[in-house]
Amino acid sequence: MAHDAHVHVRSQAEFEYVKKKRADEMRGNLATFAIMIFLTLIAFTTVAAGFSVYLIVPIILLLAAIQVVLQLYYFMHMSGKGHGMVAFFMFSGMFVAFITVLTFVTIIWW
Amino acid sequence: MSSIAQKKGFGATIWDFMTTVDHKKIAILYLMSGGFFFLVGGIEAMLIRIQLVKAGNDFLSAGTFNEVITMHGTTMIFLASMPILLAFMNAVMPLQIGARDVAFPFLNSLGFWLFFFGGIFLNLSWFMGGAPDAGWTNYASLALASEGHGIDFYALGLTISGFGTLIAGINFLVTIINMRAPGMTYMRMPLFTWTTFVASALILLAFPPLTVGLFFMIFDRLFGASFFAVEMGGNTIIWEHLFWIFGHPEVYILILPAFGIFSEIFAIFSRKRLFGYTALVFATILIGFYGFMVWAHHMFTVGLGPTANAVFALATMIIAVPTGIKIFNWLLTIWGGNISFSVPMIYAVAFIPTFVAGGVTGVMQAIAPLDYQLHDSYFIVAHFHYVIVGGVVLAILAGTHLYWPKMFGTMLSEKLGKWTFWFFFLGFHLTFFIQHFLGLMGMPRRVYTFGADQGWDLFNAISSSGAVLMATGVIILLVNVVMTIVKNERIGNDPWGDGRTLEWAIPSPPPFYNFAQTPLVRGLDTYWIEKMDGNKKGMIFAEPLGDIHMPNGSIIPFVISLGMFIASFGALYFLDGKPWALAVLIGGLALMFGSMLLRSLKDDLGFHITKEELLEDAKGGNTDGH
Repeated sequence: MAHDAHVHVRSQAEFEYVKKKRADEMRGNLATFAIMIFLTLIAFTTVAAGFSVYLIVPIILLLAAIQVVLQLYYFMHMSGKGHGMVAFFMFSGMFVAFITVLTFVTIIWW
Repeated sequence: MSSIAQKKGFGATIWDFMTTVDHKKIAILYLMSGGFFFLVGGIEAMLIRIQLVKAGNDFLSAGTFNEVITMHGTTMIFLASMPILLAFMNAVMPLQIGARDVAFPFLNSLGFWLFFFGGIFLNLSWFMGGAPDAGWTNYASLALASEGHGIDFYALGLTISGFGTLIAGINFLVTIINMRAPGMTYMRMPLFTWTTFVASALILLAFPPLTVGLFFMIFDRLFGASFFAVEMGGNTIIWEHLFWIFGHPEVYILILPAFGIFSEIFAIFSRKRLFGYTALVFATILIGFYGFMVWAHHMFTVGLGPTANAVFALATMIIAVPTGIKIFNWLLTIWGGNISFSVPMIYAVAFIPTFVAGGVTGVMQAIAPLDYQLHDSYFIVAHFHYVIVGGVVLAILAGTHLYWPKMFGTMLSEKLGKWTFWFFFLGFHLTFFIQHFLGLMGMPRRVYTFGADQGWDLFNAISSSGAVLMATGVIILLVNVVMTIVKNERIGNDPWGDGRTLEWAIPSPPPFYNFAQTPLVRGLDTYWIEKMDGNKKGMIFAEPLGDIHMPNGSIIPFVISLGMFIASFGALYFLDGKPWALAVLIGGLALMFGSMLLRSLKDDLGFHITKEELLEDAKGGNTDGH
């Protein structure tokens, strides 16, 4: 309950631990940011290089999927505590949407 | 809000139910309106069987017959089975997890009223120029060619009630994720709560495709779009896909809570812990997932091609595995138990062979080449009645007996319950078993009559006579309900004597705040553990007695739903060039959005029950002889 919440004073060891964890997290964020820019460059390059459409479209879709996962886990902290159920429902929904779209594309419109 | 029972007038009681946000009262509303639609659907079923009792019958015209079969299917699925299951979910699930209400009491009420007005709207079609007549699946080419407003009633009515169901599903998901009592881990949740959870997840994922399909249908019919009109470049198959992407999970939305009710019954009346609880939970989740990968088995004969048919056939057959796991776990729960054959247990025992029969014919139809023979024949009719009546309706009847004491505080008569069971059960098999053979003999489904030279006379007459027995069973149930209400013999916390889960640890019916103190859960079958430890209170508490925060009742959900109901008439008559149609449409929408706005702007902070009132309740309340 709210009325028995107390103020927690960090010990030195805890402070060090949190500091290190945040530094790690920041490094992860920066690395992911670099990867995402690189993936975007690849996407633009495939188009600029004039590859076949049948190659470009799957590559871009794949890169987009990777971008979404990186975004969710590194910038929206989905790996954090208490996100298990959210992740489960998101991936279930994506799965259902994916097979629906897959079926429409393959057996109705192909 | 004191505990002193207030004698209320009839009008005050009605107003109370119209404004209630209490999950237990909403459960009663769901049960009453679902029960009403069950009777309507049942009467439609009787009309069908009267028409088919002999060759060349002219009791119903061909057109009326189409309307009756369409409304029978639609009513039974959307307006009877689902709401009655939602009634049990509402009544029991929050109690099972030790919560004081669902997560969003206001939305709970809104969900009910949307369903209710959607159902009324759909059924008003009978009196306003003809009911829908394209089958409950409403296949697009047929539906777009249908004269009159029947299909518009179908599309608009199901849109409204579909919103209601979606809201209810989301509400239950949030409730189960966030509002479990301390110690109630996921793997300690009773199986009915688990099946409610998975069924709600299926509602969340399955209803959007239906809504999309219905929107397309409304736009095609009312606003001149051509999503499904082939001559305009549309594609009629898209409706079938959208409908079945919803429709197949829908049958699991129905059957999973039924499985949950039976799981509770097997454990209670065998006086044993459920055998293979973990396996039952994972089988439930697995069935939920598979439910989304198999819809095209309803469309084998559409011409999807051999690859697609093979994929969907295989996926369909896999579902037999988790379902088989469940069947064996139930059998092993009964095995060696100290069984008491009360009415719910009789239903549960009868359910196993009946449902297995339906499952076996299901696997037969999963074989795509065989399905080419069986498709659109009475074999299909027999199959889905074996799973839906033999599974869902038996669960509804069993659940009515099992949970009636918890919902109303009185006990349905065991003796009349057994009469209901035997009439209904024998009538059911008499009606539908023989339809397998009618199907194999070539009788197509949805035909309004047949010729005397086709050799189907005798079997159809037998089938119709079974329907009379089923109707008798339902009438006995109604008598039972009336007698129980009139007698009004109050019962205690645990009327079955062997309750295992938290709902049996509190009075029947529970006080409106459910738990004066939130319970602390120490394991699966919480109440049973406390009983075995000799704890007279039936639970240990996770918090000291203190003020409880409760939500206020509200009429706004009713008004929002009413607004949508009125707007639907405007949309329906818009194309007819009626001058008032546009005004009605706008007026209804204004009422709906206005009341939403009012709800958003006006703070409703609820009220507190003080500790003193709770103490007074505990003194004068139902103590069950402690």
